[in-house]
Amino acid sequence: MLKKTRVVLSVVLFTLITLYFLDFRDFLPESFSFLAEIQFIPALLAVNVLVLVSLGVLTLLFGRVYCSSICPMGIYQDLVAWLSKKITPKKKYNYSKAKSILRWSILAATILAFIFGFAFLVGLLDPYGAYGRMATHLLRPAYLAGNNLLEAIFTHFDNYTFYKVSIYTLSLFSSATALITLGVIGYLAWRNGRTYCNTVCPVGTTLGFLSKYSLFKIRFVDEKCNTCGLCAMKCKASCIDSKNKQIDYSRCVTCFNCIESCHRDAMKYRFTLPGKQRPAAAVPIFSYAKEEKAENLVKPVDASKRRFLSASLVTGLAAGNLIAQEVSNGLIQKKEPKRQTPIAPPGAVSFNHLREKCISCHLCVSKCPSHVIKPAFMEYGLGGIMQPKLYFDRGFCNYDCTICGEVCPSGAIQPLTKEEKNHTQMGKVQFIVENCIVYYDETSCGACSEHCPTQAVHMVPYKGSLTIPETDTSICVGCGGCEYVCPAIPYKAIYVEGLTEQNIVKIEKEEVEEIVIDDFGF
Amino acid sequence: MDRRNFLRAIALTGAAITTMKEADAMSILTQSFETSHAAAKYDLVAVMGGEPEAMFRKAIAEMGGMKNFISKGDKVCVKPNIGWDQPVEMAANTNPKLIAEIIKQCFDAGASEVTVFDHTCDDWRKSYSNSGIEEAAKKAGAKVVPAHQESYYKTVSIPKGKNLKSAKIHQAIVDSDKWINVPILKNHGGAQLTISMKNYMGIVWDRGFFHANDLQQCIADVCTYAKRPVLNVVDAYRLMKTSGPRGKSLSDVVLSKGLFISQDIVAADTAAANFFNQAREMPIEKVSHITKAQELGLGTMDLDKLNIKRVRI
Repeated sequence: MLKKTRVVLSVVLFTLITLYFLDFRDFLPESFSFLAEIQFIPALLAVNVLVLVSLGVLTLLFGRVYCSSICPMGIYQDLVAWLSKKITPKKKYNYSKAKSILRWSILAATILAFIFGFAFLVGLLDPYGAYGRMATHLLRPAYLAGNNLLEAIFTHFDNYTFYKVSIYTLSLFSSATALITLGVIGYLAWRNGRTYCNTVCPVGTTLGFLSKYSLFKIRFVDEKCNTCGLCAMKCKASCIDSKNKQIDYSRCVTCFNCIESCHRDAMKYRFTLPGKQRPAAAVPIFSYAKEEKAENLVKPVDASKRRFLSASLVTGLAAGNLIAQEVSNGLIQKKEPKRQTPIAPPGAVSFNHLREKCISCHLCVSKCPSHVIKPAFMEYGLGGIMQPKLYFDRGFCNYDCTICGEVCPSGAIQPLTKEEKNHTQMGKVQFIVENCIVYYDETSCGACSEHCPTQAVHMVPYKGSLTIPETDTSICVGCGGCEYVCPAIPYKAIYVEGLTEQNIVKIEKEEVEEIVIDDFGF
Repeated sequence: MDRRNFLRAIALTGAAITTMKEADAMSILTQSFETSHAAAKYDLVAVMGGEPEAMFRKAIAEMGGMKNFISKGDKVCVKPNIGWDQPVEMAANTNPKLIAEIIKQCFDAGASEVTVFDHTCDDWRKSYSNSGIEEAAKKAGAKVVPAHQESYYKTVSIPKGKNLKSAKIHQAIVDSDKWINVPILKNHGGAQLTISMKNYMGIVWDRGFFHANDLQQCIADVCTYAKRPVLNVVDAYRLMKTSGPRGKSLSDVVLSKGLFISQDIVAADTAAANFFNQAREMPIEKVSHITKAQELGLGTMDLDKLNIKRVRI
């Protein structure tokens, strides 16, 4: 019963959050962004006290329910482990000792890096953020391809329920990171279940600390248990020491698989007062786990795993150091020849704010209806790798649209009202007259001004009946309409330069003058 | 259906789509482009002072009724301006009430289907819905089709064009029997005015080419595309006098309550430009695509020579 509830809850939450990332047609209401907001690290960065307290209380009451049912990465691992069991039914887990030093070191490194302004490591290891990138860069293209297939079939029969969408790679680096995450965590899950959660994940370590003191815990019923070891074989967290009837509660993700597996009803999920230790084991009567099992317990150290884990730790620490240098040096020089400063999404406040708060879950990237947000590479500096920036190759930022700020779970992109968005300056327009068609071809164009929502780019009289663009950066919001649409080749004549700190622009309200037309005019 | 059959069906569907596309491409070559020139009483009808749908009803009646232009069984395409994510009060897009009325009359005249689309400038989903046109058109029974991907467009040749020799035009126009051009009258930063001819830029895919190769000439060129609209209906219920074509505030808009309808695209735009001139000075020579279209033989700017009906409601 307990396991069933857990599975149902997990599947529902996992499906919903995945669909929320994939849904490009707004079938799911915007309020579903709560699925991202209830995630631990985003709530921590957004200082969402309600969510943090709730998660804390939940863990102190029932154990790591967050890890078993709310965290999408946890459920991804369960899926992989489930598949691996389907394929090799004889597969069993064994108890392993907690790798406490490693866990705490990684957590410490993450916190340290974060304090030094290097949110990248948090972003990289945060299970929600990492899952978000998998959804955005790996699942989404597949989902869009499916949409396009259906579109081809339906449109052929004159049904316009579906419409075509473009599929493209947004950022090689982020896609590669997502792929490596998928591979590494998937591999660990395939072999040993929740290894990531209990050795690497900073959230797992934190909640694991709390869950040691949780009120409801899984306990052995001594009189019934014959230490057969079935429970340990089913434990994907490898935290049940069935020989000694001990459970490492810091690693238990309350999946209830052990309870389900026990033939003798010898495991119970019970209210237990904290601090009360259970007495040590009784004598085994019969054990499924024979002598070899005992050997497994002191199994030779998996050298490659240890090497991998310590390597990632060292990398993390080194990166933290690098960032400390970066902070003192200011921004690292960009490689893009044109744009000197990247453009942060509207409501990102400043590069510093973005760097501190963003975990690169890429929900904004997925949700932007105008397709203008993509992960940065080195534009924000090392600490800002994979954080969102605007680009205008496929569109421009819709003047009235406020979606990115609404969906952002960590407060990196602040939610704006339409009015606030209309006055938020993300960048400033730059006009290069030598590249302009009106200047060198002496023909009409005006595409830039056409798209300008504030008329920061407006057309003024030029030769004959021609008009040429003139810019007013004080009312430019940096939406990129002009840059996107400028037809000049090979170099655009107009583009937007980003701002490290976003501004509020004043747009004067114009009086509506009454004009009455009472004749045809011809 | 078992999996095998299902997969087979999908494969067949795919194959069918591919071959159908070929067939369509071939049929363009043989298609004839007659518009029914059956005795319209006037060359141009101008209406003032009513609601959009009432003005259209009046105008089309004066033109001899929709049956003059749409035949039984016709596949009709109605092409409004839905370029922008702006509400109806901003006059950036054609009035949805007018579109609904035109669709209704097409069906009354026996049209077998009516499609509506525009190649928008702002995000197409937002423009379609916030303009109010998607809802109004669907309610009136039309199909509202997307136009945001190159694959919806078919290459056609424009032999009479000076700068523009071929263009990718939306399949809803290419595959239609008749189409009706329904622009809104607006100021335009580049072309000075956007009316019926400029509205053609919403049926083509590559607008950048227009801007890069003498915008005004390309606008005139594209209008020589063999399949002409059977009617140009200029919505001037509200007109955007400044900051066009997007507009930035209500101070750009004039409630002018006008409507112009003609088969002659040059005459329709000339009349509308004269009307606009009353809201803000706009000498017609500045809107040089109109002159260029006259030179290409697309119609006449000499309104005095036309049989014009002026109606006030």
